[in-house]
Amino acid sequence: MLLLKRRIKRLILSMSVSPLLYLIAFGYAMGKSVRFGGHTYLEFLIPGLVAMSSMTQSFAIATDINVARFYWHIFEEFQAAPIGNVAYVAGEVLAGMSRALISVTVILTLGMLFGVRLHCLNPLFWLAVALNSFVFASLAVALAMLVKSHADQSLLTSFVITPMAFLGGTFFPVDRLPHWAGQIIWILPLTHASKAIRQAAFGNLPGLSPYLFVGLTGIIFFTMALKCVDQARD
Amino acid sequence: MIRVEGLKKTYRHVHALDEVSFCVKPGELFAYLGPNGAGKTTTIRILTGLTRLSGGNAWLNGFHIERDSLRAKRQFGLVMQSINLDQELTLLENMDIHGRLYGMKKALRRIRIRELLGYVDLMSRKDTIVKRLSGGMKRRLMVARALMHSPKILFLDEPTVGLDPGIRRRIWGLIKQIQHSGTTIFLTTHYIEEAEFLADRVAFIDKGKIAALDTPAAFMARTGKWAIDLMQDGQMKSVYFKDRKEADTFVANHRGSYTLRRVNLEDAFLSLTGKKVKN
Ligand SMILES: Nc1ncnc2c1ncn2[C@@H]1O[C@H](COP(=O)(O)OP(=O)(O)OP(=O)(O)O)[C@@H](O)[C@H]1O
Ligand SMILES: [Mg+2]
Repeated sequence: MLLLKRRIKRLILSMSVSPLLYLIAFGYAMGKSVRFGGHTYLEFLIPGLVAMSSMTQSFAIATDINVARFYWHIFEEFQAAPIGNVAYVAGEVLAGMSRALISVTVILTLGMLFGVRLHCLNPLFWLAVALNSFVFASLAVALAMLVKSHADQSLLTSFVITPMAFLGGTFFPVDRLPHWAGQIIWILPLTHASKAIRQAAFGNLPGLSPYLFVGLTGIIFFTMALKCVDQARD
Repeated sequence: MIRVEGLKKTYRHVHALDEVSFCVKPGELFAYLGPNGAGKTTTIRILTGLTRLSGGNAWLNGFHIERDSLRAKRQFGLVMQSINLDQELTLLENMDIHGRLYGMKKALRRIRIRELLGYVDLMSRKDTIVKRLSGGMKRRLMVARALMHSPKILFLDEPTVGLDPGIRRRIWGLIKQIQHSGTTIFLTTHYIEEAEFLADRVAFIDKGKIAALDTPAAFMARTGKWAIDLMQDGQMKSVYFKDRKEADTFVANHRGSYTLRRVNLEDAFLSLTGKKVKN
């Protein structure tokens, strides 16, 4: 739950490493020559990294939950305590979301150091970030309850999260992909979230539909997570 | 008070519990004694809501464990068989988080932590990271944590397993003290002397069934008062007698070495399961 506090310093450090690498590698390699719709590649990349990072960081609570469950057996403490499933899931999801928000702040700060200016005070931007992390934190709790061991967990991450990170409109615009791929990508919640995040960051109005899509997916995953917590009682 | 009726648990094809029924009175110390795999932990896991039951009913202080689970969960404290402390936090933090899970106010939490850490003699270590404690200290901390919210029932799953005799006696003393403060205690163990020393009543459980249930005194009285251990045909045997006179008569006619002693719960257990010859 909110036991995150003492680990935050280490977290921020580890959170900045991979976006920093992406920024340097892609930002400098592609340089100013590549432009998408009137924006430099860095301006395009940073909102994508925001979307990706809010996903991976909120999903990372699955690992925490599983360490607590299979290694320390702390999960039993929560199960035996007089707290409802909703309170438990909400607590974990909030922890995941705060983690995501911290990582987004880190990326925006890095972006500023690289001289990229975005509309990052736009409430619609933060709403999209929050919804996106809500989706993946809920998914994380649900899957964490279903897996039977810690090894299964990393398998899930590499099958669910990693492909999504690369396809969900992070590194390149999805409309450049072939038609069939576009269809698959369209059902990924990250695609919609990154679209909304990017539009909001550019100061445009993203429209209602991505918010609805991502929000609904989040509610579905949250409900699933509630069911799965009950399933975790063997 | 714990009331259990026809409790059943099946894991695929394993019948971990088969129609278990018993009742633990308020303030009683009830021991659940059985070999490995008998179903002791399974019983505790079901009563504390960690495992779903396959059949039967159970109430904790009148609250049904499934239908009224949140209120049932307020009734007990739980000390599991395996250490389940947050090893990266301090003793104080572990206790505090537990209090928060039970919705305790900050001021009350502070008072309770001080009281309980003193009680289990760990106050001087309150800011130590749990990882650095010895096994016996971790056990004591788990007991203190389970008492944090002043539960009326305490579940202890093999609280002294893997501890040296000195620490074990200390934990026994602690358990007795907790009982004297009015707490109902359900304790599992596979140490017979632990049940004999602590329990008001003992249930023998084997292969998911309760084989016998009574007070230690009644079990022993049924077996006899005195026991003589002797070697017969190269095997250790125990013979039991109703009184000292009977035993003396036996000794008078016996050649070879022997030991005369009082009957203990182990004798009762052995004669009950028929693993040794009975007089
Ligand atoms: N999660 C599980 N899945 C399948 N079988 C299980 C599970 N948990 C327990 N069992 C089985 O249920 C039976 C009872 O186990 P339980 O843990 O209750 O025994 P125990 O009396 O606590 O033993 P011990 O003294 O070793 O702790 C055993 O046969 C065990 O293999
Ligand atoms: Mg056990």
